[in-house]
Amino acid sequence: MSEPWRIVVAKPGLDGHDRGAKVVARALRDAGNEVIYTGLRRSAQQIVDTVRDEDARFLGLSSLSGAHQHLFPKVCDLLKEQGLNDVIVFGGGIIPEDDRSDLYACGIRAIFGPGTPTSEILEFIEQAAQTDNSGVGQDSTWHWNSSA
Amino acid sequence: MTRDLEEAMAGSRRSLARTLTAIENRSITIQQALSVLGPVPQSQADTWQTLALTGAPGVGKSCLLDGLLTEWASQGLRIAVLAVDPSSPRTGGALLGDRVRMTVVDDEKLKQQIYLRSVATRKASGSVPVIVEDMTKILLSLGWERVVIETVGAGQSEVRCAALADRIVVVEGPARGDGIQAEKAGLLELADAVLVNKSDLPGAELHSDEIRESFELGIGTSPPVMLTSALHGDGIQEAANVLLNLSSSGRSTRARWRERLLAHHERKILESPKLDDLLLDLAKGSIHLDEALHLIGVLKDE
Repeated sequence: MSEPWRIVVAKPGLDGHDRGAKVVARALRDAGNEVIYTGLRRSAQQIVDTVRDEDARFLGLSSLSGAHQHLFPKVCDLLKEQGLNDVIVFGGGIIPEDDRSDLYACGIRAIFGPGTPTSEILEFIEQAAQTDNSGVGQDSTWHWNSSA
Repeated sequence: MTRDLEEAMAGSRRSLARTLTAIENRSITIQQALSVLGPVPQSQADTWQTLALTGAPGVGKSCLLDGLLTEWASQGLRIAVLAVDPSSPRTGGALLGDRVRMTVVDDEKLKQQIYLRSVATRKASGSVPVIVEDMTKILLSLGWERVVIETVGAGQSEVRCAALADRIVVVEGPARGDGIQAEKAGLLELADAVLVNKSDLPGAELHSDEIRESFELGIGTSPPVMLTSALHGDGIQEAANVLLNLSSSGRSTRARWRERLLAHHERKILESPKLDDLLLDLAKGSIHLDEALHLIGVLKDE
């Protein structure tokens, strides 16, 4: 049996809605992963510290507050600054289509909107793990084309 | 891997985290790691290096630990925490949620002195997986002065943490049954200290009296029983001071060795490369349990 992935699911910024993050965390758990949930209202620095200390392979960011254009790139920059280039980052929440290309450019490999089946997120995890250089600070141009 | 070990010695947290993963995944052995890191420092006669914080689910272990860590880190100690949560026996997955309660790891002044790592039980039985013993050795040899193991929420008979820690602190809460519960045999007998948390709720004082009385009926000196409220911070400073210098109750040496023996035995079984095949054979009914133990090599012919 291969070892489970360690995945941090985080809620950056002033945003009290975590139903989505919990549903995703639960789906990842039920697929056999070890999911570390940060709890609400974390700063970018706190999230990056958690990813580092927990040696996570993946980081999932959830935002429903509209601040994703500020918070997601900040997390990505800090990860790169700390040399955590191989961590694979994905995001979800209320994120308009027009905002997504900027986020992909920061190294985020998938954005999932409302209505995404959890099975799609699991497929993404599998594929991202098999894709070379898919970490946040690595040079792959690949990203997942999500259905919602 | 040697590079990670060397960078961990130079203080890189990332390399420390990666080293612990390698130990957890059995991609290096503790002997290989210690051959680079150097030996585990010996504990001084009457101070502990490892402390297990255990108790039923929801009594407030994580919140309480957050308060204790804040006190200890403020006194300048460097403390590592291995926070254990259960893995699903069905899928192997786990939701590790102890970080949610921890504020000390976000404190700009104190966070350098605290290392918190969430650990899933994986295949192990009991409230602490035995691999935690090796993870503890890594942390101690890298200069973390104390290691606190927060167990899975544990029931009355869950005493496996006794195999891995120098001291056992049991967290209790109010409204956990009448005086008879305090008299029952099990986990409380091995406690070096008891914290009755949620002292702001009715019944906490009564429960701590019952536990104290129960200890006084026994032989030898009674371990300290203290009231705390992790929510309001009451009693935390006192508890932190008492626990830091806690001596062993010495009541349970035999029981501890029993747990160590059982843990060691379980580890041999779980780490056997034949395990997965043997489980398949057992499920098919093609071998018996005794044969499986023979094949793993833990049961010898008489």
